[in-house]
Formats: sequence, C-alpha cells, structure tokens
Amino acid sequence: MIIEILEKAAAANGLVTAFAVVGAIVLLSGFLSRKLTFGRVHGSAIAILIGLALAYWGGTKTGGHKGLADLSLFGGIGLMGGAMLRDFAIVATAFEVQATEAKRAGLIGAVALLLGTLLPFVVGASVAWSMGYSDAVSMTTIGAGAVTYIVGPVTGAAIGATSDVMALSIATGLVKAIMVMVGTPIAARFLGLQTPRSAMVFGGLAGTVSGVSAGLAATDRRLVPYGALVATFHTGLGCLLGPSVLFFATKAVVG
Amino acid sequence: MIIYGTALLAACHLLGIFLGDLLGQALGVKTNVGGVGIAMLLLIFARLYMHRKNILPKLTELGVEYWGAMYIPVVVAMAAQQDMVAALRGGPVALLSAFGAVAVCAVTIAAINRGERKMPEPEPDDSHANPLVVQE
Repeated sequence: MIIEILEKAAAANGLVTAFAVVGAIVLLSGFLSRKLTFGRVHGSAIAILIGLALAYWGGTKTGGHKGLADLSLFGGIGLMGGAMLRDFAIVATAFEVQATEAKRAGLIGAVALLLGTLLPFVVGASVAWSMGYSDAVSMTTIGAGAVTYIVGPVTGAAIGATSDVMALSIATGLVKAIMVMVGTPIAARFLGLQTPRSAMVFGGLAGTVSGVSAGLAATDRRLVPYGALVATFHTGLGCLLGPSVLFFATKAVVG
Repeated sequence: MIIYGTALLAACHLLGIFLGDLLGQALGVKTNVGGVGIAMLLLIFARLYMHRKNILPKLTELGVEYWGAMYIPVVVAMAAQQDMVAALRGGPVALLSAFGAVAVCAVTIAAINRGERKMPEPEPDDSHANPLVVQE
C-alpha cells in the first residue's frame, strides 16, 4: 500500500521525480568516478552512460521509443531531458562565452560545420552503396542519417524514401550520437580538445547537438557553450543541403 | 530579482527559435535553422550590452547561471530517453556508417586542432565562469 501511494506521488509529480532521479544518478556516478576510477573517468561521463543504460532498459521493457521516459513513473525524465529544457540550458551556457574567443574561431567553425555535413554524408552513402542500397534515394537518406538523426528522416521524407530506409537512417544517426557521447571523453586528448577554438571545430565536425553537448559535458564543462554554439547550426545546414545539393550530387554519381 | 535573469534567458531563447524558424522558411527547409545558436548569440550580446550599461546585477546573472549549471543534469535526462533499442537494432549498415562517419570526423578534428597556432595559451580565464559550477 505504501509503495502504491509512493508510486502515485512520483507519477503525479513527474518533473520533480526526474530531478530526484537525475540527482541520484549524478551522486552515484560521482562516487563511482572517485572510488572506481580515482577521478580518471569524469563523473558526468559515467552519469551519461548510466542514463543510456537506463534508456536501453526502459526501451526493452516498454517497447517504446523514448527510453526510460516511456515508463509512466519516469515520464518527467521526458520533460527534463526533452528539447525544450535541453535548449534552454544550452542557451544559458552562452552566458559564459567570451565573445573575443568565439569571434576568433568564427571562420574555422563555419568550415568545420560544412565538413561536418559533407564527410559523414559521403561515408554514410558509400557504406549504404556497398551494402546493396545502391539507388540514389536510399543512399542519400542513409548518408543524411550519418549527419544527424533529424537530417536523415527530414531528407528521406523530402525525396520519398521507403520506411525501412528511413528507420535505418534514424538508427545511423542515433548510433553516431551515442558514439560521440561515449567516445569524446576517451578521445579528448587525441582530438586536441583544450581551447574554445578546438571545441568549436569539434562542434562543427561531430554534429548532433545531443552527441556534442553530452560529449563536451563529460570532457570539460567550460567548453560546452563553444561547441554547442556551432553544433546547433548542424541540423539546419544538413536539412538544407540533404534533399537538395547532396541528393542531386548523389544522383549524378550513381545515375 | 532572479526572475529578470530567467526571463531574459527565456526571451533570448524564444526570439532565437523564432528567427531560426523564419530563416528555415526563407531557405525553404521544413526545419529550424540554427535557432538555438542565434539565441546564444543574442544572450551574449545582451550580456555585453547590459554589463556596459551597468544594469546587470548579480541576482539577475544568477537567474541565468542556475540554468547553465543545470545543463549536465538535463543532458543526463536526455541520455536516459534515447531510443537505444532502435539504435542497436539498426544492424551493420547503421553501425558501419555511424562508425565510419565518427572516425573520419575524429581524424579531421584532430588534424585541424593540431594545426592551431600554439600561442602561449592563457589559462582559461575564469572571469566568465559560472560560479554555480564547481570544477572537480
């Protein structure tokens, strides 16, 4: 009976429950970071991994698409980690940006952004071609998915891709976002992620706001606003180029 | 008052999203183009302007900084609602193209960042740092 009342209270106060649950995850990951890895793995990186593991658990349990947020008890996670609060918090980090640093890296950020759309697209489209998806529409859709998981379906819908190719394209973008989230803190030294400028290059090339924001958060919190500033243009640029320039170029190549 | 800061943040957010949607419409894409990035630029300019005019008291700043400090918890909640099952079910095409894209981009990032002129790097200046975020 007690459990039932407790569950009801938690479900009726979704966002508040989410604050408590996330607080507990962050506390636990800080403890694991200190005791198990002696501070070598950042607490935020562990917290994000725990989040992803819970998302997998929630997904297998409910068969839904929103991870832990599909369990009614944890519905508030959907609000707390949804696009609205995520973007609100990202914008707030701009308060810490030093305008001179951002200006100094403006041009290289734009170059990185363009490369960050072209390179993943070419790789994605080539892999699709080698796996037997050799028509221009499928290649473009899967290639666009390798840019971000929003560019994929937007492009696919615009050029008339089939639903299984769309699903594949979204999956490609999701896998990429998760790889960036988990891989960034591990590869931070190799990537040269130290300065605001390097974070802007990273934001442009790695794409996916979710991947960049989580990856930088787990590496160095101070670099977050610089990476996010560039990364937020990624989806827009991809949706602009995907169904137009990139599709026509693909069609010209494979016929 | 602390709400002034949060309201300033909200106003920049909304205006940025609005301008991003307008830009998307103008370019003929069915999506927002850089709305959040535009909002960030607006907030940077608002901060510079208000700072110069001396109308940015500490409490107003805190109204923004609280949300900046909530960033990592929000990202953890975001991770907890990713469609992990679909991502893992995508099979070899999804895995290979994602891995290839990440690998190529990682090498490019490393190449560009290695080329950065090594000027005596001023230790990240913490005058802008969020006082609510403890560096561990």
